[in-house]
Amino acid sequence: MEEQSEEADSLAIWAGCRVGAGSGPVGNEENMLREITLGQYYQTDSVIHRMDPRVKLVTTVCYIISLFIVDNIAGYVIAGVFLALVIRLSRVPVKYMIRGMKSIVFLLIIAAGFNLFLTPGETIATFWKLKITREGIRLALFMAIRLVFLLMGSSVMTLTTTPNNLTDGMEKLLGPLKHLKVPVHEIAMMMSIALRFIPILLEETDKIMKAQIARGADFESGNLIKKAKSLVPLLVPLFISAFRRANDLAMAMEARCYRGGEHRTKMKPLIYKKRDGIAYGVVLIYLVLCVAVGKILL
Amino acid sequence: MSLILDHVSYLYEAGTAMEYTALRDVCLKISKGEFIGLIGHTGSGKSTLVQHLNGLLKPVSGNVYFNGADIHDSDYNKKELRSKVGLVFQYPEHQLFEADVFSDVCFGPKNLGLDKKETELRAYAALKQVGLEDEYFYQSPFDLSGGQKRRVAIAGVLAMQPEVLVLDEPTAGLDPKGRDEILDRIAKLRDETGMTVILVSHSMEDVARYVDRIIVMNKGQIMFDDKPREVFRHYRELEAVGLAAPQITYIMQALKKKGLDVDTDITSVEEAKEAILKALKRNGGAV
Repeated sequence: MEEQSEEADSLAIWAGCRVGAGSGPVGNEENMLREITLGQYYQTDSVIHRMDPRVKLVTTVCYIISLFIVDNIAGYVIAGVFLALVIRLSRVPVKYMIRGMKSIVFLLIIAAGFNLFLTPGETIATFWKLKITREGIRLALFMAIRLVFLLMGSSVMTLTTTPNNLTDGMEKLLGPLKHLKVPVHEIAMMMSIALRFIPILLEETDKIMKAQIARGADFESGNLIKKAKSLVPLLVPLFISAFRRANDLAMAMEARCYRGGEHRTKMKPLIYKKRDGIAYGVVLIYLVLCVAVGKILL
Repeated sequence: MSLILDHVSYLYEAGTAMEYTALRDVCLKISKGEFIGLIGHTGSGKSTLVQHLNGLLKPVSGNVYFNGADIHDSDYNKKELRSKVGLVFQYPEHQLFEADVFSDVCFGPKNLGLDKKETELRAYAALKQVGLEDEYFYQSPFDLSGGQKRRVAIAGVLAMQPEVLVLDEPTAGLDPKGRDEILDRIAKLRDETGMTVILVSHSMEDVARYVDRIIVMNKGQIMFDDKPREVFRHYRELEAVGLAAPQITYIMQALKKKGLDVDTDITSVEEAKEAILKALKRNGGAV
């Protein structure tokens, strides 16, 4: 009976992987998502959310490229305005974006610091042996803006697209590679399964950890070796459970005659709509603008 | 020995869009030697509640007291608490990790800092308490059957010799025989040691036979907290929240409706038999 419930679990997981976006709570998915926000998807309804994931993927790549093309104030203003517009359209609260920024504060300070002090050029101020140059300030500033925009830009994508949708888009975009014998569908499938399993394994970790703590295990105190040793009661059950789940999932897929991407249809095929065309147009205009601004002001 | 929950509330994901109230103002007093059934539908907060009993979760508001001391005081010894309030999680066999059964059961007492001899004595006693035969002691726990694994896992907690034993759905996924075995073991254990036992379940049928107090949870709140027969009287309300009284309650209710004057406050088949016979006798054998 235990097997039964677990099998049902893995079926639900598989179904979740395949149905893709908007599949709603499958089994106790709702419960799990409460615990962990994976890929930090922010649930709301907006133009950006409804947009085809391919558009969002392409736009994100284009945006990242554009950040490296421009290297003057005007260019960054354009990039900033574009980003602000998209964020506004996405209806994701700005505080979610800011929250994501916290993880790179350290990197930002180091990168900006190096640029500030180690760029040769016209000296403005000197602290002890460190010289601040005009070029340094410029570089540090641009570097910081670039990093922040980069992270914000890509988090707009992950905040507005479910992981399933994202892999679907990727599969479709990489579709042409199939002719080069690249197993695109299989890769996308592996990605969506892997993504789907992250919250499950996190939850499992939490559960096992609690169970062992209830048996007096101590994961916090002690030196490094003792700490590493204390992980054994956590890792062994976790691995066993991961293998068990993988096994169940494979069985469930096989029972439904899953044979990879051959002649497979989708419940929700990706079809470009009018808004997607418009979005591509906007992105193109944005790119042209970025390049033009760079050329004119140079 | 007493465990007190004083106006305990708990939220998951506090402060985010996915905030969810798991417990709402729960007050509870558990005294020594009680045999309690904690019942509720999936998501009613039972598992969250039991994790408060040994301090795994800290209430967002309210306090938990064990023997009069607030367990979330900064100088409170949580480790000792966890040895006194033994918590067996759902599917506890998933937490087995050692190479053989015996060392796995030793894990708990070893963590308490007991010496080797005492640890092994306790592990042996615990394995005997759950009724596992000696021949399995040095096998890999992963080679055992589902029911045996579960018993090993329960022994892992018993070896810490807790004063309160909390079991979260100890029969989930077991066949009827395995289920009865585990529950009978627990009941016997409780009779022998006099420890407090809290049995979490979503099945009235399971608990009704054993416990002498039932706590019904619904949407994070305590709905009923009374003797089984008192709780089953509210079988209509129980149905409304996705639970049910034991089948025997329904039979007695139906008999009464048909005109047989039986006592409907019945929790077991044996009691029902007596009650029906008594009613029949009163009717002079004619129905």
